[in-house]
Amino acid sequence: MMRSASSNLIVRVTARFVAPVIQIFALYVLFHGHYSPGGGFQGGVMIAASIILLRLALGNRETRPLISTAVATRGAALGALIFLAVGALAFRYGGEFLDYGMIPFSDDESMRRSHGILLIEVGVALACACALTAVYDDLGEAPGRGEERSGD
Amino acid sequence: MIRMPRRIRIPLALLGILCCCTALLFAIAAEPDYGDPHAPAHREVSPGGHVTPGIYYTRNALAEAHTPNMVTVTLADYRSFDTFGETTVVFCGCVCVMLLLRRRRPERSDDS
Repeated sequence: MMRSASSNLIVRVTARFVAPVIQIFALYVLFHGHYSPGGGFQGGVMIAASIILLRLALGNRETRPLISTAVATRGAALGALIFLAVGALAFRYGGEFLDYGMIPFSDDESMRRSHGILLIEVGVALACACALTAVYDDLGEAPGRGEERSGD
Repeated sequence: MIRMPRRIRIPLALLGILCCCTALLFAIAAEPDYGDPHAPAHREVSPGGHVTPGIYYTRNALAEAHTPNMVTVTLADYRSFDTFGETTVVFCGCVCVMLLLRRRRPERSDDS
C-alpha cells in the first residue's frame, strides 16, 4: 500500500523532476534565512518533504538506498548534536552556553554571532529533515490492521 | 474510569466544551485591541523601568549579529536556548516513534 511504488510514468517523472528543485529551494531558504524569512526548521521540513515525495512516488525499494531509516535517525541525532556542540564550544572560549560572540570564527563580534547562527540553523535543518523522514518511514512500517507483512 | 452510557456522556462533553468556549471568549474580550500601541506587549519600558526585550531585539539585532532578519536573530541568538529545546523536542519525537513503531531486527512471530 504505502510501500508500493506508483506505476504511473507521469507521477514518477514529475516526482523525480520536482524533488531536486524542492531541495535546492530548501537550501536557499536555509542559507538565506539571515536576510529573508526562512531558517533551519523551514528548510529542514522542505528537504524532508522532497524525500517523502520521492518515497511516495518511487517506492521504498528505490529510495531507501539513498537515505535509509537508520541513516535518517542518526542524522537527526547529529543535527541536535551540532547545535549542542556549537553551544558547548562557547565554554571553550570562556563564554556562556550558546554565546557565539565568544567563539573566534572571525574578528568582528557581530560576524561571529552571524556565523554561529548559521551553524545552528544547519544543525536544526539536519535534525528536522532527518527526524521527519525517520518518522515517516516508521509510520509506514508500522504493522497496520489486517495488513500482511511483506518482506522488502 | 467511570463508564457512562453514550446518551449521558456526549451531552456532558458538549456542555464542558461550551463552558470552556464561553470562558475563552470572555478572556478574548479582555485582550487589548489588535495593534494597540499602548498594549503591554508594545510598551517600550517595562513597569520595572527596563527596556522591554522586544524593543531591545528590534533595535539591536542588526548591529549585534550582522543579520538583517531580526526574527532569525531572536530565534537563534537571543532565544537560542529555547530553539535548542525545540530541536530536542523534534529529536525526542523521532526517537519515541522509533521506539514505539520500528520493527525489531530479529523478527519474532507475533507479539500480541
